[in-house]
Amino acid sequence: MNPLKWGLIEPFYKLAIGEDRRGQLNTIVKMIGLPLSGLLIFLLVWQGAASHINTSLGQFPGPVQTYEQFISLQEEAEAEEVKAQAFYERQEARNERKLEKNPDAEIKVREYVGSPTFFDQIGRSLVTVMAGFILASIIAVPIGIIIGLSSNAYAAVNPLIQIFKPVSPLAWLPLVTMVVSAVYVSDDPAFDKAFLNSMFTVLLCCLWPTIINTAAGVATVTQDLKNVSQVLSLSWWTHVRKIVLPCSIPMMFTGLRISLGIAWMVLIAAEMLAQNPGLGKFVWDEFQNGSSDSLGRIMVAVIVIGIVGFFLDRGMLILQKSVSWDKSVTLR
Amino acid sequence: MSESHLEITNVGIEFPTPKGPFRALRDINLKIEQGEFISLIGHSGCGKSTVLNIVAGLYGATEGGVLLDGREVNAPGPERAVVFQNHSLLPWLSAYENVELAVDQVFKKTKSAAEKKEWIEYNLKLVHMDHAMHKRPDEISGGMKQRVGIARALAMQPEVMLMDEPFGALDALTRAHLQDSLMEIQKELNNTVIMITHDVDEAVLLSDRIVMMTNGPAATIGEILKVDLPHPRDRLALADDPTYNHYRSEVLRFLYEKQRKVEH
Repeated sequence: MNPLKWGLIEPFYKLAIGEDRRGQLNTIVKMIGLPLSGLLIFLLVWQGAASHINTSLGQFPGPVQTYEQFISLQEEAEAEEVKAQAFYERQEARNERKLEKNPDAEIKVREYVGSPTFFDQIGRSLVTVMAGFILASIIAVPIGIIIGLSSNAYAAVNPLIQIFKPVSPLAWLPLVTMVVSAVYVSDDPAFDKAFLNSMFTVLLCCLWPTIINTAAGVATVTQDLKNVSQVLSLSWWTHVRKIVLPCSIPMMFTGLRISLGIAWMVLIAAEMLAQNPGLGKFVWDEFQNGSSDSLGRIMVAVIVIGIVGFFLDRGMLILQKSVSWDKSVTLR
Repeated sequence: MSESHLEITNVGIEFPTPKGPFRALRDINLKIEQGEFISLIGHSGCGKSTVLNIVAGLYGATEGGVLLDGREVNAPGPERAVVFQNHSLLPWLSAYENVELAVDQVFKKTKSAAEKKEWIEYNLKLVHMDHAMHKRPDEISGGMKQRVGIARALAMQPEVMLMDEPFGALDALTRAHLQDSLMEIQKELNNTVIMITHDVDEAVLLSDRIVMMTNGPAATIGEILKVDLPHPRDRLALADDPTYNHYRSEVLRFLYEKQRKVEH
């Protein structure tokens, strides 16, 4: 393994082997020192400002209170875990006793239904956002390719895209809710209706950047490459697969990244209104709850939402880098 | 009436513009025999590339037509392979994969996987690219890219190879190397070639006939010069050859006296 490719570790490694000490220290300050001091200044300003804001639920939470709430959320999650374990142990013991008395006795195994913890909510949110995003991508990429290939199709579809693109998720949600409850009628629903409402709202809002960018990517296929395809007499499908798709992948991924960012933002709003378990519902419930801890807990959620969003984007970036053929472009 | 391999008969083309149709070419007549090497030379903008694109089938002639072995040309096809001016390799594929795309398309049913592999490698070897066949276009030089472009065209086993200023973007030394390679390949495979060039020396060195075009608009063939020099030709030996220099000055005279380009 090449130690020079370790990135963050590189300057420390060089410092240790005594290579250009001054330069390495400079790099370390830039890479670690500056972001850290930015963070520190932010925390100070936050603490200072928070102590001057008094709400009906008490003082606005500063970094310390927020951290305390994070710890308390963790403790609650642990307590819930203990309860769940106790429930399963009791159930097992009860069933064993039953079987001892009568080996043919019917035993019941039930799932533990506790209140979802904060960390469960993060997981639920991630599942919903990925479901909406993946479904949207499956729809948007082919549409983008088709309108990118045909200027007539583009002219027909473009006005619709331009009109629907700026629509707020909050406007879609009531319509989605009504349609889902009318259309999705099942005695044994595989999906929760609130989940479907949130997912479809996310889908409707994150279609557009992928469509637009994929179409723009398809338009980057040069006349030269089209000529090559014609001289080779490639079929339409081979042309799309071998020339159009690889050529439009960089732009397509730009669109997918924007879409995932929008999806995550929209999801929080959708969960609040659709009452779908997740971070949005957590924020809403805390707001309705109105205890003195609520603002601190919402602040925890705000930070977690930000961090999860950041990691989603990094994930897409890594994916983009791995499928991109043009290694000369710096992706960031 | 004996049929030629490739016949271009009364070809003319008009392009629609907002100000009405623009006539680019008129009355192009040319008969080319199997194995002949033809150069098209003329000032820029005279419609050399348009002639090539019509033969390739990328443009449709407004009047007249092109016959290849008695069949009319009306769409592009791999039997008329094109070597493009700026190589036009797919940047995400290696040299091998670029040639493979063509071979897969042309020999879909007639060659087995092993035969295809051998054929791809054979063609890359022909252009001296076998050492770098798994490199991508951005990892090789301009001359090497053009070599891969030629290998891709050769691998289609075309009846006519159309070359659109294939060495135009290269430096003089690289160009000389590639010209030598092309002569070698031509000797081995005896392909029919139509090549566009700006370079008088290149035209005389490589061609059996040089087709000189008048200036546009409504350009046509001005003169055709038959180059009667024995193959293989050696650029060093020819440098002082009086016949060679005679042909050379013929072409220069056409370009700079009879068809002097008036710059506006």
